[in-house]
Amino acid sequence: MEKAKNSRLLPAWLHRNPVELTAEQEEILRQKRLAKIHRKMKRKSGKKKLNRSTAGNAALFILMGICGVFMVLPLVMILNNAVKPLDELYQYPPRIFVRNPTLNNFTDLYVLLNESWVPFSRYVLNTIIITLGGMIGHVIIASMAAYPLAKNHFPGKKILFSVVVLSMMFSWTVTQIPQYLIISWLGINNTYAALVLPAWSFGMGLYLMKQFMEQLPDSLMESARLQGANEWQIFWRIVMPNVKPAWLTLAIFQFQQMWANTGSMFLRSEELKPLQYALQQITSGGVSRAGAGAAVTFLIAAVPIIFFLICQSSIMETMTTSGMKD
Amino acid sequence: MSMAIRKERIVPRKDTLWHQVRINKASYLLMAPYFILFFLFTVLPVLMSVYLSFNYFNMLEPPRWVGWANYIKLLLEDDIFIISLRNTLLFAVITGPVSYLLCLLFAWIINEFKPRVRAFLTLVFYAPSICGNAYMIWNLILTGDRYGYLNGVLLRMGFLNEPVLWMQTEKFVMPVLIVVQLWLSLGTGFLSFIAGLQTVDKGLYEAAAIDGVKNRWQELWFVTLPAMKPQLMFGAVMQITQSFAVADISIALAGNPSVNYSGATIVTHLLDYGSTRLDMGYASAIATILFLLMVGTNKLVQRILRRVGE
Repeated sequence: MEKAKNSRLLPAWLHRNPVELTAEQEEILRQKRLAKIHRKMKRKSGKKKLNRSTAGNAALFILMGICGVFMVLPLVMILNNAVKPLDELYQYPPRIFVRNPTLNNFTDLYVLLNESWVPFSRYVLNTIIITLGGMIGHVIIASMAAYPLAKNHFPGKKILFSVVVLSMMFSWTVTQIPQYLIISWLGINNTYAALVLPAWSFGMGLYLMKQFMEQLPDSLMESARLQGANEWQIFWRIVMPNVKPAWLTLAIFQFQQMWANTGSMFLRSEELKPLQYALQQITSGGVSRAGAGAAVTFLIAAVPIIFFLICQSSIMETMTTSGMKD
Repeated sequence: MSMAIRKERIVPRKDTLWHQVRINKASYLLMAPYFILFFLFTVLPVLMSVYLSFNYFNMLEPPRWVGWANYIKLLLEDDIFIISLRNTLLFAVITGPVSYLLCLLFAWIINEFKPRVRAFLTLVFYAPSICGNAYMIWNLILTGDRYGYLNGVLLRMGFLNEPVLWMQTEKFVMPVLIVVQLWLSLGTGFLSFIAGLQTVDKGLYEAAAIDGVKNRWQELWFVTLPAMKPQLMFGAVMQITQSFAVADISIALAGNPSVNYSGATIVTHLLDYGSTRLDMGYASAIATILFLLMVGTNKLVQRILRRVGE
């Protein structure tokens, strides 16, 4: 009975050949369980122990309110512009809020997209490949590299990590040209790989993942190791589920970056170019396309925002659903 | 007895580098895909740029070795570089720490709300960073005629008698850019703090309450911040790379070159040489100096951060 409760803390696949835990591990697991019970009781009673002053709360909320209005301004503007008729878009002085909302901008955009030389669906497909490829690949391989750097000891660990951190401080503008030369030399110019592979090697993702993995208690990995798990299994089934907030955050950053990439530096074939490129061609179309342009700006902003909201909500849920986290 | 002898034989072998590498084979294998790409697409280009900084390179002719000439010109003869260095340091000293504290403060406040509200509030504060070039909205606010929002409000309230050309007046350029940069500051660091707060063990707060932590400020300093030190370090590095690399907002709002170079930063100067004058050697020298500045600042900041919660 006691053992069954203990093993609930480890994933089910480790149960196949149970190994006797040492007294020390028993103790750790017991305390984790106690903390959990303690927490549940707290939640039921619904009272916070700390005294949180009302005046302090009010001051913080007012500060947040004022800042929030300024912060959300561009979103409000983009949303309103998308439903403004042409005369309101060109009104001077410009107004933020729309008076006669219309969906004409979106129908205009739809007509324009059907006229494009390369079928519109092709741009969408390109974007999916580039954005998702660049994001998922980066999150996985950067996390794979971050786990040993955070938790294992081996020669070269320190220097590898400091090179990654230092690399973020070198201005991206001047490395673009050498990077272009390397991509041409590799022969991957004018392919998806020219955008996706460099994105996999960004320094920030590794740094972010390493910082979060560092916080995991060593006992977590050791107990898995005792049960015969290899490094890959520990990484994929123990470390990754426990740093879910980190990789969801990294996914947001990477999605945003890849989504904004027009690929114009490396992609010459029209049928390889992403949505962002096609949409920006519309915005540069002058007065007659200003309406469609506003709709484009809205769409370009809306996609990362939806992705952001999905990821953020799951980040918030992690704490309540994961039973292992302590 | 025989066990003891065997152990003695193994101990010295464990210290050899090759043995260390071999027993950590799995670690190296896990890191291999990332680091191969990293060296190819990040380290190699950086090394090439540093090499280029000792050359004259206009992207049409092959690079020509000029030794330290770029650096000598940059540090001794380039007046505009001195202006841009001063402005960049101003950004680093003001927006750097203030942005960092704002990120932390807002992440911490938002964390008090219920999950659904939290996700929404995070979006509100992250909005300037997610909308691409959202800072363009400041062009509307700062328009120089009486229809600009800022001029309009100030004229109506009687603070001004005539509209101010905000971005064309030297003394207003830097203060305005600093405000806009602060407005943009809830970005990478902010989201990583939000995520970091989710991973703080809730049991720690209860333990702290029993130990006599009285108010939320004490809780923040003694419990929350020490628990999320890795995220604090990460946020600091991101803040340094951002506040030393301010350029886009300066170019969008003040132009490049700005009036009397009042809004020039190291990166706008770099862009001027790299993409307008096509002198990549000189631009690389600027990038190298900027890199050294950031590395130095990072060392300093990490030393300060180690004291958190003490």
